[in-house]
Amino acid sequence: MKITIVRRISQFFFFALFVWFCIAATFGQAMWQLRGWPINWFLQLDPLVALSNLITTRSLYSGLAWALATIALTIVLGRFFCGWVCPFGSIHHFVGYLGSRGRKPSERIAVNHYKSTQKIKYYILFALLFAAAGGLIAYFCDLTGLNPALPVVFFLVLAAAASISTKSFPGARKISAAMIALAGVSAVGLFARLDGIVAASVQTGLLDPIPLVYRSVNLVLLPLSDSAFHFTSTAQRHYGATWLTGSIFAAAVLLNLLIPRFYCRIICPLGALYGILGRYAIWRVGRKTEKCSGCRLCDSRCEGACEPGERIRVPECVLCMNCLHTCKDDLVGYNTFRSISGEATDPDLSRRGFLVASLSGIAAVPFMRIDGKLDRNWENTLIRPPGSLSEPEFLNRCIKCGQCARVCPTNVIQPDEWKSGIEGLWTPTLNFRAGSSGCQMNCVACGHICPTAAIRPISLEEKLGRGPFEKAGPIRIGTAFIDRGRCLPWAMDKPCIVCQETCPVSPKAIFVKESFVTVRGGSLDVANAKGAVIELGKPSIQADRFGTGDFFALFDSGSSKMRKRILSNTEGSITIERGADLSGVKSIELQVRLQSPQVDPERCTGCGICEHECPVSGLKAVRVSAEGETRHGKHSLLLK
Amino acid sequence: MTKKIPKVPEDRKGAGIDRRDFIIRSVKAGAALAVSGSLGYFLYDPAGPGPASEKSSLALPDFSIPEAGKKIAIVTGHDRVKSVNSGLKAIGGIGTFIRKGDRVLIKVNAAFATPPALCATTHPEILSELVRLCLAAGAASVSVTDNPINNPESCFELSGIGEAARASGASLILPKETLFSNLTVPGANFIRNWPVLLGAFQGITKLIGLSPIKDHNRSGASMSIKNWYGLIGGRRNIFHQDIHTFIRDLALMVKPTLVILDGTFTMISNGPTGGSISDLKKTDTVIVSTDQVAADAAGAVLLGKAPTDLPFLIKAEQAGAGTTDFSSLNPVRVTG
Repeated sequence: MKITIVRRISQFFFFALFVWFCIAATFGQAMWQLRGWPINWFLQLDPLVALSNLITTRSLYSGLAWALATIALTIVLGRFFCGWVCPFGSIHHFVGYLGSRGRKPSERIAVNHYKSTQKIKYYILFALLFAAAGGLIAYFCDLTGLNPALPVVFFLVLAAAASISTKSFPGARKISAAMIALAGVSAVGLFARLDGIVAASVQTGLLDPIPLVYRSVNLVLLPLSDSAFHFTSTAQRHYGATWLTGSIFAAAVLLNLLIPRFYCRIICPLGALYGILGRYAIWRVGRKTEKCSGCRLCDSRCEGACEPGERIRVPECVLCMNCLHTCKDDLVGYNTFRSISGEATDPDLSRRGFLVASLSGIAAVPFMRIDGKLDRNWENTLIRPPGSLSEPEFLNRCIKCGQCARVCPTNVIQPDEWKSGIEGLWTPTLNFRAGSSGCQMNCVACGHICPTAAIRPISLEEKLGRGPFEKAGPIRIGTAFIDRGRCLPWAMDKPCIVCQETCPVSPKAIFVKESFVTVRGGSLDVANAKGAVIELGKPSIQADRFGTGDFFALFDSGSSKMRKRILSNTEGSITIERGADLSGVKSIELQVRLQSPQVDPERCTGCGICEHECPVSGLKAVRVSAEGETRHGKHSLLLK
Repeated sequence: MTKKIPKVPEDRKGAGIDRRDFIIRSVKAGAALAVSGSLGYFLYDPAGPGPASEKSSLALPDFSIPEAGKKIAIVTGHDRVKSVNSGLKAIGGIGTFIRKGDRVLIKVNAAFATPPALCATTHPEILSELVRLCLAAGAASVSVTDNPINNPESCFELSGIGEAARASGASLILPKETLFSNLTVPGANFIRNWPVLLGAFQGITKLIGLSPIKDHNRSGASMSIKNWYGLIGGRRNIFHQDIHTFIRDLALMVKPTLVILDGTFTMISNGPTGGSISDLKKTDTVIVSTDQVAADAAGAVLLGKAPTDLPFLIKAEQAGAGTTDFSSLNPVRVTG
């Protein structure tokens, strides 16, 4: 069997597996639903996810250790992931193939030439990694610590040592320069406290292909295709920001019609990382013999645009192995020896470009945070899922993959559009109008699916504040506030209290204040009252309106006021419950019994079921705001 | 990928149009004119859109069995499975209601995503037993449905109802949007051209309501009649503005074969969600009746309420849906 056929089988297998995981991320107990299927596996294999989280948190969370396997294989084999495993890459490969149908070999050869734009992906990689590195640099340079003088001395000693040994090993000069730079950075800390400025943020998810493809399938393609079948959910799933999520996916796929594997060659930061990791690969694609006719047919199906017939650009080769077969003279092979026509193992990068990209990355985070969203200007409508870490820690982990939004049975977890700026783009936030309910009390699915623990895997006991968590109380994601200007009983004297009814907390966090309010035009003169029937002075009320069970008549009975429920009415008479002495009643007040809801902030967990159920369907009359959320003490509402 | 453009023959370049070309062009132009003109003619709408019209509505059949008569059994016992058996036996046995080949729909209360121990939903044990009894009586199929308040999938899984239905051989009907169609109930105030879960009733010949007894702040109680709220779709929360009239509408909409109230535990506070064992009271009662109003009047006793405390019951009675004077039906009182 040709190796390219083996590659196609591998691509098809992993793509099918990926689609299967996306479907299986459905709440339920059936065989095809969430029953321990490793639905995060591709995210866990992704070393960019692991590396970015490693840089910000200095730890490797649980399944992210899978990335070690990918890294090890890449070091030995090269960019096998791109050509053989990556589901996004397989889409590009296939669409690029469709686009090249009907093109002459000469046209295909032309389009598969290496282009200098391919170096853009390395700049993207460095910018994203350095955006995550602010904290790490501060840690090593001790910028936020107590004694910045120590690291300055430490780096200068290293720089001196390196420059003395310049002649003994290559690269010592570079190391020396880097140490001097680090000493310089540390020295800044001698004069300025940088705690407030130095910050890190995981933004690799913006362009990392694995989170991107998960998000595109889970939040756009699956709900779109399932709207015809309702196979994965009873109600239509809705997700915000689909215009952006979907356009980026569509653009990335359609660009293959211009240049095959456009995304892989030019944008993909994961491909760039693999390109750097694969520089010591034991086997590489390359020319075996000198006698080449220069026909360039090896380029005609080349996926990576790595020019295997010339001085092959190793970091660009995605191991598609097409050149092994397109070469009519069998000159290309996958060998342990270096290509006869030479190799370029370094990415096509300039030092200046590297510096600009990495410094931009470092600067971008403090630059974005000048908006104060992590400070006084925090966004109160940004309700994070239960178990979410505090905002800076959250942004240190979240890779914007959308798995929590996919798995949430009620569809309340939504990708954020702009509430928290570009830093928070696609991160999870709760929207109680979009889903089929609020956050369900007995559900902790999001924290258990989150591949990076940006949402902690909390237990039900912890969420509900039971057992060992009794003292800490339940996890709160916000507090509900009644808008008395919109609430039916408060603003319009209409009975309602759906919010109170659906509040799942025991005792309920929403309680009611009972009152009797005279309706508009409800002070009425009485002509005659006998038994249980009150005849009005003149027919002035709407027939059949007040017999609903919610209306009462208030009148003087003897020396005291008495209130009786109205059973029915005509335009000129009212029938009330029996048991009242109506003799001498000259006037009545027609009253409605109201139960007006109020929130007990000690009990409210911010689950938002009240907001979801509120019948004021436009701008809801009860809304959850992030005050009181457990993850931020400084957002607390109550004096404790 | 350059497309080949048909070449104009050398001798025709710059030449005037000939007869053949003229006829071909005229025919094509004429056809294009005819198509666009006739499309315009047939699609011409001089009036524009008018106000929304009421679409013709379907009806919900009457599932009651007149010859079975109005009956009620009140069973005392701590085992709901035994109680439901004795209750059914007391009013003539399951065979009176379910015949061979019947297709039975059981409307449970699965409103909330809470575990069965909290009794905010129909208990899975009593559901399994009822399904078993129906199938044993010869029912061709048994389906279980509800349109819950919380997320449907979560509700059916966490309440244990989904598992109970599957294990006992019933099918679970999730409230998919396609199953709702508009219904107008004659004599109803609010259920007019309103979406109802009619799809679940396809081919159904018998309907049983199976619900818990719960405190409910707005209406006073949630029992058999209020349980039909879970057949309603759309923006149903709006009916809370006049809930008693609406529950009366529900009593007019549904004419069940049987209703069963499980008062083994009664939710006496914090209803209808509950959420804590302390919201429940052990009342050791199961009520089985062919009259939903009578069943609810009997159930209200467990909540310490009289029919006059529940305006919807009086209204349902006045509308002819049943009697609140359940003792007039000579209730069969048995010990489970």
